[in-house]
Amino acid sequence: MSNATATRSTATAAPVNVKSNARRVLLGRDANTVYALILVVILASIFVPFFAGVTTVSFLLIDAVPILLMAMPMALIIITGEIDLSVASTAGLSAAAMGVLFHDAHWSLGWVFVACLLVGLVCGAFNGILISTIGLPSLAVTIGTLALFRGLALVVIGDSAVADFPVALTTFATSTIGGTGIPTVMIFVLVVILIFGVVLHFTPFGRSLFALGFSKEAATFVGIHVNRSKFWLYVASGVVSSIAGVFWVLRYSSAQSDSVKGLELSVVAAVLLGGVSIFGGLGGIVGVVAGVLLIRTVNYSLQLAGLPDTVLTIVTGTLLVLSVIAPSISARLRLSADRKRSKNLPREATAT
Amino acid sequence: MSQNASAPILHGTTASRAIGRIFVSREFSVFAALALLIIITEVVNPRFLSGQGVKDLLLNSTIFVVMAVGQALVIITKNVDLSVGSILGLTAFGTGSLFAAFPTIPIALVFLIGMAFGAVLGAINGFIVTLAGVPALVITLGTLYIYRGINNAWAGSKQYFIGNQPAAFGTLSVQTIGGIPTIAIAALIVVIIAAIFMFATRAGRDLYAVGSDTDAARLFGIKVNSRTVGAFTACGTLTGLAGVFYASRFNSVGADTGSGFELQIVAAVVVGGVAIFGGSGTVTGAAIGAVLLTTMTGALAALNVSKFWQQAIVGVLIIAAILIDRILSLRTARKLRVSEARNV
Repeated sequence: MSNATATRSTATAAPVNVKSNARRVLLGRDANTVYALILVVILASIFVPFFAGVTTVSFLLIDAVPILLMAMPMALIIITGEIDLSVASTAGLSAAAMGVLFHDAHWSLGWVFVACLLVGLVCGAFNGILISTIGLPSLAVTIGTLALFRGLALVVIGDSAVADFPVALTTFATSTIGGTGIPTVMIFVLVVILIFGVVLHFTPFGRSLFALGFSKEAATFVGIHVNRSKFWLYVASGVVSSIAGVFWVLRYSSAQSDSVKGLELSVVAAVLLGGVSIFGGLGGIVGVVAGVLLIRTVNYSLQLAGLPDTVLTIVTGTLLVLSVIAPSISARLRLSADRKRSKNLPREATAT
Repeated sequence: MSQNASAPILHGTTASRAIGRIFVSREFSVFAALALLIIITEVVNPRFLSGQGVKDLLLNSTIFVVMAVGQALVIITKNVDLSVGSILGLTAFGTGSLFAAFPTIPIALVFLIGMAFGAVLGAINGFIVTLAGVPALVITLGTLYIYRGINNAWAGSKQYFIGNQPAAFGTLSVQTIGGIPTIAIAALIVVIIAAIFMFATRAGRDLYAVGSDTDAARLFGIKVNSRTVGAFTACGTLTGLAGVFYASRFNSVGADTGSGFELQIVAAVVVGGVAIFGGSGTVTGAAIGAVLLTTMTGALAALNVSKFWQQAIVGVLIIAAILIDRILSLRTARKLRVSEARNV
């Protein structure tokens, strides 16, 4: 913790030194994850039987859809230095609402979808008010709403499950585009990714989020609406999570209280693996997408190679720890090299 | 004469101030909430506080109390340990395996091994966090997965049942001393030792200093890194102890024992008044928070509230606790500002 400031200052100094844009793109934090993803895909294609194929693409991508969706707003929120642990519970509440409104209240599907999005919107706004308006710590608040929203899902649907959704719709959710194996819903996911990518990297609002993550005070002084920005990020997170919940229901053609349970930590892991700094202020959408796909690919190929599903969490965890340790340790090595160079200067008194 | 007259008055004000401080303290408000909950439930359903009811209440909260004390130590240093659920799983399964491999092993030795095992797992967390200088949230999220994966690989589909263990070990969580379950007394001793440690020892005060302002603590000469590793190790040790308790209390231990506990423990600590960003709160508060959360579940059942509402109410409780903390700290800040303005 204590080295946080030191690590951060060296990490931010690096991109400023790099002159050309091309080098920045090829050597940036995002790029490392992309290279790792490419490497894993190549290795898996060579060494893992049956990996290179249409079914792989299909299974890999469709399992990645909910995490990809929720990772988008999560990336933006972590870039501003906050966190949202309630995403999976928001998705679960939407899923439960979807089941009840469709099955018990006999709403038409169009209105059910609208209602689900509204549920997500309200959940996100609730987080947003507590965190931005009242100024409570997001980690604690979203642990609370994680329990609250999941609890409300239980209240809404109880221990029953709704599974009588129109077959046309559930098959659409798992359908693929022609013979490519790419799930049809990926088109929609791609649109979401594009929207978040453009907002983060090409709009003043998106740029302001990085400033916000670096220093809240500085961001306030340059005229960024800190609270308003955070509020809308949480609203976006709620809405996108509810979409992920709706997809989850259609994909598994079942709505129940524990839909999407426990996915929040996978989402956070994927975002951090994608090069977003937990300190805020650093990261990119390309890296996040690569991070989600990297975790999925590693898991899927090891599954194909015959490792039991449950043991794979070791891989996910190790990837996560390594991805955050590596940049920090390299920064410290650079720092100590600098110190050695300036040996003749009086050493600062640090009691470590 | 005048001096004599003024002294008792002064004494009276400090005494009443001290009593006042107890009443406005965060622990007291959590305790009051707990008492209120128990009273309301008892009035509505008199069977709630029957001998067996109290015993169940204490037994159910024992494991969470021990874990919450450990977690509080870590959170006070401005860190968090999300891997506690996985550590509990590993140590509980380890206990089962020990009894399976050495059926005649002394129970005290099992406790020692379980705590040592937990200590090692906690120390790993602490070392990675301090070495990398990365927020504990991320590191322990990683070790949550890693430890759980190891547990899965180790246990597979195997489960150890209470029947495979020596009878004396199982009765630990059944037998009582003066109506209070033995393991609940053990948990109480843990709370008392930890509270004294945090209140009265150099190392304990250091943990608060590290949590309030890490850089200042370092400048002051506190060994921040070793204190942080110490806090994580203590958390692991206590979680290991809770793991052995778990194996004694519950019927079976397997691959997914303790999964999902981490957020409940953090919730209990936060409800107990430990600030999530470190530097304030007490282990006593955390322990009462853990009792409150477990009692809530029992009370709702006794009040005939649908079990589906339980989790939602726990969520509301967490948010209410954070809100109250915020309001109290704002009020203290305002008071301090006023008193400083008067002094200057």
